[in-house]
Order: sequence, then C-alpha cells, then structure tokens
Amino acid sequence: MTVHASDLRAWSSILTVAALAIAGECLIAAAMRRLGDLDDIRARSGMKGAIRAVLTSPLFLTGAICMALNFFALLFTLSAVDLSLAGPASASLTYIGNAAAAKLFLHENVDRRRWLAALCVCVGVYLISK
Amino acid sequence: MKHTLTPQRYLILLAVTLSAPLGDALLTRGMRQIGTVDLHHLGLLWQALFNPYIDAGILLLIGFFASYMTALSWADLTFLMPATAFGYVVLALLSRFWLHEPLSGRRWAGILLIVCAVGFVANGPSLTEHPELNRMDSGAAR
Repeated sequence: MTVHASDLRAWSSILTVAALAIAGECLIAAAMRRLGDLDDIRARSGMKGAIRAVLTSPLFLTGAICMALNFFALLFTLSAVDLSLAGPASASLTYIGNAAAAKLFLHENVDRRRWLAALCVCVGVYLISK
Repeated sequence: MKHTLTPQRYLILLAVTLSAPLGDALLTRGMRQIGTVDLHHLGLLWQALFNPYIDAGILLLIGFFASYMTALSWADLTFLMPATAFGYVVLALLSRFWLHEPLSGRRWAGILLIVCAVGFVANGPSLTEHPELNRMDSGAAR
C-alpha cells in the first residue's frame, strides 16, 4: 500500500514536470509564430526592437512562467524521486506530449515521419539517460 | 518547397544543437571547481559567478535561448525537437571523448535512435503552412 502511494506521488510529480514543460514550450512556440520571423523584425527595428517584441508578448511571458515553474517542479521531483527515473521519464513524456500538443494547439502538420521522429527521440533519450 | 532552410538557418540550428550541451558541460566543470554548495555555504554561489567556466556556460545558455527563439519564429516545434534532443548525443560524445567516461551499448543505441529522428525530419518542410494566417498577414500588410 505504501509502495503504491509513493509510486503515485512520484509519477504525479513527473507528470507535472512534463505538463509544465509542454505548456511552456507550446506557449513560447505560439508566441514566436504570432510574432513572425525574428530576422525580419531585427532588420526592421534592430536588435532592441526584436527583444522588446519578444518580451512584451503575453504568450511568451506566460510560457516563460510555465518554464520557471517547470524548473521548480523538477527540483521538487528530484528531492523525492531518483534522477535515473525522473530525468528520462520526464524528458520522454515531454517529447511525446510536445508532438501531441503541437498538433492539437499549434495545428502543426505532425505527419507519420514526425511521429516516428518523436518516438525515436523518446526511446533514444530514455536509453542515453539510463 | 517554400520552407527549405538557408545556410544561415542551418547555422542557427547548429547553435541550438551545440550551445546547450556545451553550456551544461562548462557549468558542470565550473561547479566541480567551486565545490558542493549547501545552505551553510551559499556564498559559494556568488563566488561561482567569477569562475570563467561558469561565465562561459551562462553565455552559451543565453546563446541557446536566443537561437532557439529565433528558430521557433521560422520552424515548427516538432521540427526543432530532434535538433534539441541531438544535444543529448553531443553530451554523450563529450563525456566519452573529452571526459573519457565509458559509453555502454545501450547509450550507443540511444545515440543511433536520435540521429535517425534528426534524419526523419531534416528532409521535410520546416514550417506548416497556415493559409488563413497568411491571408491575415497579407491583409495587415495592405
């Protein structure tokens, strides 16, 4: 019974880490998509203009907050779960979750080739991190 | 084939791939010189800021973030994912050939899989076409 409770706590904190990373990356990607090509913005308004455009985007700021929360959630998780489980599990879940979220929310064309790539990355990261 | 990459964009992808693992490796080396930081020795964190390896690592990680944001402005998230994952391969190779750590067969298999993933997406388009967004952009330009 105790083992189940600690397992549940470990996996829920790993899932929280992955969910925050997925939300952060998708929000930042959506912000950059909405802003358009940064090279063009830099050509028009200079480096300061490009930095201002990024830092004043609400989507970017929300994404950055999610990434900051992801960092603290990872620290919390590492205090309770072994790195050898938390590292590969959260990274693999993040890659698969990113592919699904990119298709659902960013409407990216995630074809069979990209799904296969996400799966290879997921298993590859797991094997390297073990 | 509108969204093929220019040589300059390949350079940005290279920066995305290399800057994060190199930055992490430099931070690790710097923190090994500084020693273990605990609640009673928080001053070591301030000292760490004056370590050249830590400074170089921080600069590289800022460079990673800037190049990643730039790449996201002209490429799909799912196109960039294998490029960022390739950082794990660079880290593994650095640990094998620079730090002389042993690399197991399992890790070589992981490296092979991530290289395959990069190959899968590298030949495809980098950005999904959104006709409705393009119409809005051309409308705003007028």
